Amino acid sequence: MAKARTKKKPAKKAPRKTRAAKGKKKAAKPRAKSRAKKGAKKAAAPARSRAFIHRSKPKNGNGKHADGNGKVLTNGKDRARRTATEMAKQQRAISVSEFFSKNRHLLGFDNPTKALLTTVKEAVDNSLDACEEAGVLPDVFVEIQAVKDKADRYRVTVRDNGPGIVAKQIPQIFGKLLYGSKFHRLKMSRGQQGIGISAAGMYGLLTTGKPIRVTSRPGEGKRARYYEIHIDTRRNEPVVGKEEFVEWQKGSGTEVRIELVARYLRGKRSVDEYLEATAIANPHVRLEYTDPDKRKFVFQRATKELPAEPREIKPHPYGVELGVMMRMLRETRSHTLAGFLKSDFCRVSDRVARQICEEAKLYVRARPKRIARQEVDNLYRAVNATKIMNPPTDCLAPIGEEGIIAGMKKQLGAEFYTAVTRRPAVYRGNPFLVEVGVAYGGELPEEGLVRVIRFANRVPLLYQAGSCAINESIVGTDWRSYRLSQNRGALPAGPAVITVHFASVWVPFTSESKEAVAHYPEIIKEIKLGLQECGRRLSQFIGRRRRAAERERKLTHISQYVPHIARGLREILGFSEKHEKSVVRKIRDMLERSRT
Amino acid sequence: MAKKRSKKSPLINGVGTKVLKAITGEAERLHGQIRRGTKPHMTYPVRSLSNVKYDPRRGHFKIGRSTSHRDLSYTTAKTFAQSVRLMSLSKDLVETDDIATKRDAYYMSKNWAEAAFDSQPDSDTMMDDIEAMLGMNREQLGFVPEEHGGGVAGALIVIDRDAVTGKKLEIDCAKQGSGAWSVPSCVEHLKFRTDAKFLLAIETTGMFQRLVKHAYWKKTNSILVAMGGVPSRACRRFIRKLSDERKLPVYVFTDGDPYGYTNIYRTLKVGSGNAAHLNEYFCVPRARFLGVTPDDIEKYDLPTHPLKEVDIKRARDALKNDPFIRHHKEWQKALQKLVSMGVRAEQQAFAAHGLNNVIEKYLPAKLRRGGMKTFLP
Repeated sequence: MAKARTKKKPAKKAPRKTRAAKGKKKAAKPRAKSRAKKGAKKAAAPARSRAFIHRSKPKNGNGKHADGNGKVLTNGKDRARRTATEMAKQQRAISVSEFFSKNRHLLGFDNPTKALLTTVKEAVDNSLDACEEAGVLPDVFVEIQAVKDKADRYRVTVRDNGPGIVAKQIPQIFGKLLYGSKFHRLKMSRGQQGIGISAAGMYGLLTTGKPIRVTSRPGEGKRARYYEIHIDTRRNEPVVGKEEFVEWQKGSGTEVRIELVARYLRGKRSVDEYLEATAIANPHVRLEYTDPDKRKFVFQRATKELPAEPREIKPHPYGVELGVMMRMLRETRSHTLAGFLKSDFCRVSDRVARQICEEAKLYVRARPKRIARQEVDNLYRAVNATKIMNPPTDCLAPIGEEGIIAGMKKQLGAEFYTAVTRRPAVYRGNPFLVEVGVAYGGELPEEGLVRVIRFANRVPLLYQAGSCAINESIVGTDWRSYRLSQNRGALPAGPAVITVHFASVWVPFTSESKEAVAHYPEIIKEIKLGLQECGRRLSQFIGRRRRAAERERKLTHISQYVPHIARGLREILGFSEKHEKSVVRKIRDMLERSRT
Repeated sequence: MAKKRSKKSPLINGVGTKVLKAITGEAERLHGQIRRGTKPHMTYPVRSLSNVKYDPRRGHFKIGRSTSHRDLSYTTAKTFAQSVRLMSLSKDLVETDDIATKRDAYYMSKNWAEAAFDSQPDSDTMMDDIEAMLGMNREQLGFVPEEHGGGVAGALIVIDRDAVTGKKLEIDCAKQGSGAWSVPSCVEHLKFRTDAKFLLAIETTGMFQRLVKHAYWKKTNSILVAMGGVPSRACRRFIRKLSDERKLPVYVFTDGDPYGYTNIYRTLKVGSGNAAHLNEYFCVPRARFLGVTPDDIEKYDLPTHPLKEVDIKRARDALKNDPFIRHHKEWQKALQKLVSMGVRAEQQAFAAHGLNNVIEKYLPAKLRRGGMKTFLP
């Protein structure tokens, strides 16, 4: 974005500069006026600026106002003007890390509270991704320590039992933004951009001056290495401050330690809540957490089954944007257009490839690199005009209905649990699936709105609930027909927790800080269908419970009068008290049988 | 069922065993249902004007065939228990030859813990249900009303028994001074001696007192009865019994308004819709309506009050739903006329023409042979 702006500037101003120079040189010549006018007209047309036309006349008319330094005097006032050469001195590429160090709110470091959460979250997400990819049941240790004598300073430590990281890669992964394994592939994983942990490290570095400390042992029999990594924000390059071999307890794993300015709070949108939610969506994870007050929490594993390994897929033609398609055309190893389409995308068969080429009026054996420059527009249109089968959906690894229920049971003392895993669907060529869980009753608070726990690829989303498709879907569902109370345009109320898991090879977040899922109609539709299914079951449960309570109440009501009937009959018929008791029993049995 | 039983033995004392039999029979039926493991239920005749037929031949309301079936269920559990316990209480009363007023019964239910009645109207309704179900009247069941039965003065000697000794006791209604003999709640045992020509049933005690004060009964050789609003069962039974035994004509003198016509007079003559199951004995089919008729209001130029909305509603309702009114065109005409006049006149309105106008002018004129033609059926 910034790059584009700097490029544009000189391009716009160029004609003006040359004209000014011309005017000065040719001021004495009689034809100068008309020529200058011509030039002015030409320039004015694209600019379409009144101010420009107004200014250009006197300027070119006598040429007095322009001096050799490129400064132009207008209306007798001095106004600083710069030449292209001057400007060029300031024009240079902006490094991603520099951009984000200035725009850290985009990454979730807007305030000290959120910074702490984001740091923990990025580190834990990475640990879980790594463990799962390596097929290890994750055992994650999180500690937040208050730094002595420094208010608002915390040290976050996250340690896992994952596969570890090869020494060579450690500085890159932790000290370079947009470096990672997950951006270039389409595979369901927690991280996707390669920004998170390095951004957290950078935030720590910027606020405390302390480097990221990473220890990793890439396997049994290998030595663990300790790194202190700084980031050269200008060049977006890691700077290794210290590197040494250290002892590691056992097995492989990685430990990240970041010191940062932060604020620790409990309650909503806190680290505590994030970890609890993580435990719900990841029943296979064991989490150990020590908070700044040195209180220790252990979230035990609810299942020893690792989620299925998500399969990596090639992009679906519908999900690729023009720019991306150009890049793919340039970078492909195929020599023909049809070959490119078949091998670089999923769901493109010979027939479909031919159809696309035909539609785009392109030769099937055309060279992709040429197409990238010239006919990519046609190709792009043709792709979207051709009917292509939906992408494969076995690339998604849902938590599963049982998993969601197990996760909720572990953390919520509710009375009723239900969960729905929807069948995969597609938005913009990306397969996704939605899972919904509902917990109700029990220890959940009767008062207030329901608690919503949002997950994207098993990661809890704590901020931006209002602008998230998940919340919109919940609010847009009529919960009153499922026996929860709900005000117009609000979340339902009652002793319930609603969890929604959005899983996809590419989660469409509304911002880089990954806090809210974008509002694609296909996504909202799926979420709503999941909610409705859970809602129906919930309604059934509430209905059954209400009916049971009602029946119980009625039975109790009748029951208290039964002895009077028996007593009255005994008084009239004069039978024994023993028989009276048997009459009471008989009536009660009868009522029980007929269920009132 | 009700008819058969009470026809032969309408007297309380004679029916003790019948009452006991009815109660025990009902209890045994319930007990049997319970022992068989089926849901016990009770069947009551529907007690409302909608389940009432006017029998012109017999001259009173008869209960229809609609019954309400009451299973033991959530909604009926309490009333079910109350019915059984109230029957038990009744059995107790009959066996010990005691009585309980309706209010007594209400208070006695307070011993029944959660099955106690919440208010007396509840227990009264329950009593009516039971008497309808058993085909017995509540006096027979041992329950007597609180209401006084009405005042009597005139040429009548009532033969009662002494409460302590049980000896015969004669009460001369001509010797009550400025007061009156009060009709007891139970009249079945009474006997009468009289040579009166007719019986005049009067709505208000005020009018009754005026007639007593001026010894109107002496002049006309009649018996005066103060009903005090809608006549109680005892009052109706008393008039019925007396008039039946002595073949006395009965004339009714009420206010000239829908309440006087459709509630007081109609109830006296044909019985109430609510207790139609025992109207046979609690009505006076031979009663005739003397006044105040709508024609009287015009003829005697009586001071009037405008009809209230409830009056109009009552009149319309009677025209539409009351089987008695619907049977008699004269009554329909009278009610319609009253509604169209839009006024009502009280008995005491005659005082406008002089305090004793009613004694000197109105009643004599009405009781002449020609005047009787203005009576309503």
